[in-house]
Amino acid sequence: MKVVEAVEVAEHPMESILRMDRIPHIWCPTCGIGTTVTSFADALERTEMPLEKICVVSGIGCTGRVAGYIKLDSFHSTHGRPIPFATGLKLANPQLKVVVFSGDGDLVGIGGNHFIHAARRNIDMVVICVNNFIYAMTGGQVAATTPLTANTSTSPYGNFEQPFNLPHLAASCGAVYVARWTALHVRRLAKSMAEALNKKGFSFIEIICPCSTIYARRNRLGDGLSLMQFYHDNSVIKHGANTAELDIEFQKRIIVGKFVDRERPTFLDSYNDWLKQVLKDKFVPYGGANAH
Amino acid sequence: MKADPKGVLTGEHYLDGDHACAEGAIAAGCRFLAGYPITPSTEMAERISERFPYVGGIFIQMEDELGSMAAVVGAAWGGAKSMTVTSGPGFSLMMENIGLAAMMEIPCVIVNVQRGGPSTGLPTLPGQADMMQARWGSHGDYEIIAISPNSPQECFEVVIEAANLSEKYRVPVLVMTDECVGHMTEKVVIPKADEIEIYPRRYTKLSPSEYLPFKPEKDLVPEMVKAGDGYKIHVTGLTHDEKGYPVMSWEAQEKLVRRLVEKIRLNADKIVHTEEIDMEDAEVVVLSYGISSRVAIPAIQKARKEGIKVGQFRLIIVWPFPEKKVRELARKIKSFVVVEMNYGQMFYEVERCAAGNCPTILVPHGGGWVHDPEDIYRAIKEAAK
Repeated sequence: MKVVEAVEVAEHPMESILRMDRIPHIWCPTCGIGTTVTSFADALERTEMPLEKICVVSGIGCTGRVAGYIKLDSFHSTHGRPIPFATGLKLANPQLKVVVFSGDGDLVGIGGNHFIHAARRNIDMVVICVNNFIYAMTGGQVAATTPLTANTSTSPYGNFEQPFNLPHLAASCGAVYVARWTALHVRRLAKSMAEALNKKGFSFIEIICPCSTIYARRNRLGDGLSLMQFYHDNSVIKHGANTAELDIEFQKRIIVGKFVDRERPTFLDSYNDWLKQVLKDKFVPYGGANAH
Repeated sequence: MKADPKGVLTGEHYLDGDHACAEGAIAAGCRFLAGYPITPSTEMAERISERFPYVGGIFIQMEDELGSMAAVVGAAWGGAKSMTVTSGPGFSLMMENIGLAAMMEIPCVIVNVQRGGPSTGLPTLPGQADMMQARWGSHGDYEIIAISPNSPQECFEVVIEAANLSEKYRVPVLVMTDECVGHMTEKVVIPKADEIEIYPRRYTKLSPSEYLPFKPEKDLVPEMVKAGDGYKIHVTGLTHDEKGYPVMSWEAQEKLVRRLVEKIRLNADKIVHTEEIDMEDAEVVVLSYGISSRVAIPAIQKARKEGIKVGQFRLIIVWPFPEKKVRELARKIKSFVVVEMNYGQMFYEVERCAAGNCPTILVPHGGGWVHDPEDIYRAIKEAAK
């Protein structure tokens, strides 16, 4: 029997931001979530912000596991609640840059109310929503993002509910930065993530992501590679597109790009500015709530 | 350490219980409160929103109580002494993230100004029927601490006590007041800041390479860090090991849940807080808490005048339950009379601890108004037979 000598494995290029002691991760082969994490690592390298001031908050679901693999202060909260959790975290220490990294079911299904209000208040945070069109971790149920006619385990005859147009929802509620990419657009996605990290206010990035194990299999769309091929052939980059026209139909073209990039005072800026105007010198400007 | 004098309104005031809770929160060092309006608790949030701009705090009115409680947990990781306030229906919504707070071992305070229930019940009228929900309202096994004040003065004091206990044991502490106490206006004396003891957050002195977020100290409580300090911690609502990493095994579950439960149960003797009146010779003991303990006073006085040896045993900290004390009493008294505004919640704890050594009589009330002292008096007479 031939014994193969152990070879020294080169350090993973993302080792500085991944919890290597938690690898291998739980995501399926050809799932796109890992790709989005790679883009995020890329964005972190581009930003000049000190890494110890960046936090990641996730909810529950496949993408909800992202917080568990990123070597930053990272919080795996409850289903639907990463945005209010992040709101508390950010307000307690405004020096932090808080990134919510979660899935469509978590952020706009069960957590939809928090999503619209955080955007309205313009809480300074980056919300990254990985949209795989389905509740994947629980086995493939219909979501608020499932395209019309798509088959899921709880829409076995095809989905008849109109899905959300997420960039339009975010923009309508007041987000200052709105972009959409697919998991194929790794460099453009990383650039958007870096821009969002450097942006002050509620930034939103939707990432259309292949779920080959469940969504693609149920809908006979081929393997992960076929989905990437589909994104390649059907994505249209339209920066500044009217967000009202960004609906996603089943296996039709996907408009991607950066749609919104504007300025608006954040929740905390508005609070400090307004109270200063009203209470003048009696006002103690808010800069953090550290307990001693 | 002592309270920050900037937040302490030293002097005599005329406050309702909700406002006194707000002043207690500020004196305790709370500078983050997330809440959602709900009767009869709203006055606390209103006062906080008015006072925080003067003391460097931030109040946020969230979109619902699910969000309020999630924000409270997030804010604690950001380094804040964080609180929220609600009543019945909101308390139900908070259960999800009270469980997260128990699991992540978050120091925080939740004030529940109880009203009549179930469901929407009696929004403007009192109740005391959330006592068992306070203990185990979120799913899974865990322990919390709950305190029940019976006056505006005590509202001020127990909110500080709640904050201190939450820091000491890294556990959510519930202040279980009620509509009567919340809306009752009385004299509240706020002491000088240097007379108010504050238990500081148990921050670690270990370096990031030595520190394990859920490695307990001798009292079973782990030390804390806050986000942004370079520790790069991971915390999760999943069952986790000392590093904070998820572990899906019965062994990890056993180790974690046992500690979450035991850090309160094994420290219960240090936590309990009760008040005893006329107990030296008491043969009948009226056990109550919150507003019901005040309604019981005329009944006890009337019975005493008639020569019945009756005393009052009041729970200030209701959870953990003063099990030892109640067991001891049961062996030497004739009977317990439990007065509470529900059809038997703390009553069953008393009966369990009495363990057949003496009878336990319940004076129930569905809520919406306080007991008629005559009903309590009749129960005392019955108990003394």
